[in-house]
Amino acid sequence: MEMRVRFFAAYADALGRSEVVISVPDGGADGARGPATVAQLRRVVERLSPVLPPRPIVAVNAKYASDDQVLAAGDEVAIIPPVAGG
Amino acid sequence: MRSPSFRRWLAGEKAMTRAEITNAVIDPAALVDEIRADGVGGIATFFGTVRDAANGREVVALEYSSYEAMATRELESVVAEAAALGGASVIAVHRIGSLRVGDICVGIAAAHAHRAAAFDACRYVIEEIKKRVPIWKREQFADGEREWVNCEPSRDALSDATIETVAK
Repeated sequence: MEMRVRFFAAYADALGRSEVVISVPDGGADGARGPATVAQLRRVVERLSPVLPPRPIVAVNAKYASDDQVLAAGDEVAIIPPVAGG
Repeated sequence: MRSPSFRRWLAGEKAMTRAEITNAVIDPAALVDEIRADGVGGIATFFGTVRDAANGREVVALEYSSYEAMATRELESVVAEAAALGGASVIAVHRIGSLRVGDICVGIAAAHAHRAAAFDACRYVIEEIKKRVPIWKREQFADGEREWVNCEPSRDALSDATIETVAK
């Protein structure tokens, strides 16, 4: 499944862009076909650049997402760098 | 004659809350006026301001940016949680854009009949903002250098940064 992924702050600077389209493979841990999850998206994203940490923080539709959350086509996905508000 | 806030208290209405991400200058007096009410016995406030130095280097400006839809949503959640702690009314406003030394980047006001609930709610909001609201800042130093706070990558990582063929 193809997903647009948004980047911010230092991540966007390092990638040279604020949005990337990636392919997330379907399939569960045992190789069976199944819905794409945040965990799978993380594995694709972290390979985009050495600037990204091993387990980047993911938000789906403007909310923090856990590994097992299932992704749907059209979801807004963002990678959240360590925050620095206040 | 009963005041509006006393009538609301009789009716069991929830405390007032407001969360906002803005480009506008934050006015402390306006926040206090907004949260002031007849039933309030204590108003606790916090204002974050841009400092002139970080790690011994002179800062001339801070550029704040955000994932705006999510920052608004998270800030609203933070404010609701703070209000739920003890029933305080809570307002939190965070500014984004380019700020100079001395500018207010965040304003928080919490009000309650009793001071403990006001203090607790106010503190809760700033601590949670710092943990989870998707806002970032880039320091601009007097020597012309710019660095992201908390997420600046190392020089080695930057020199290797390319998008591999996994991405389009």
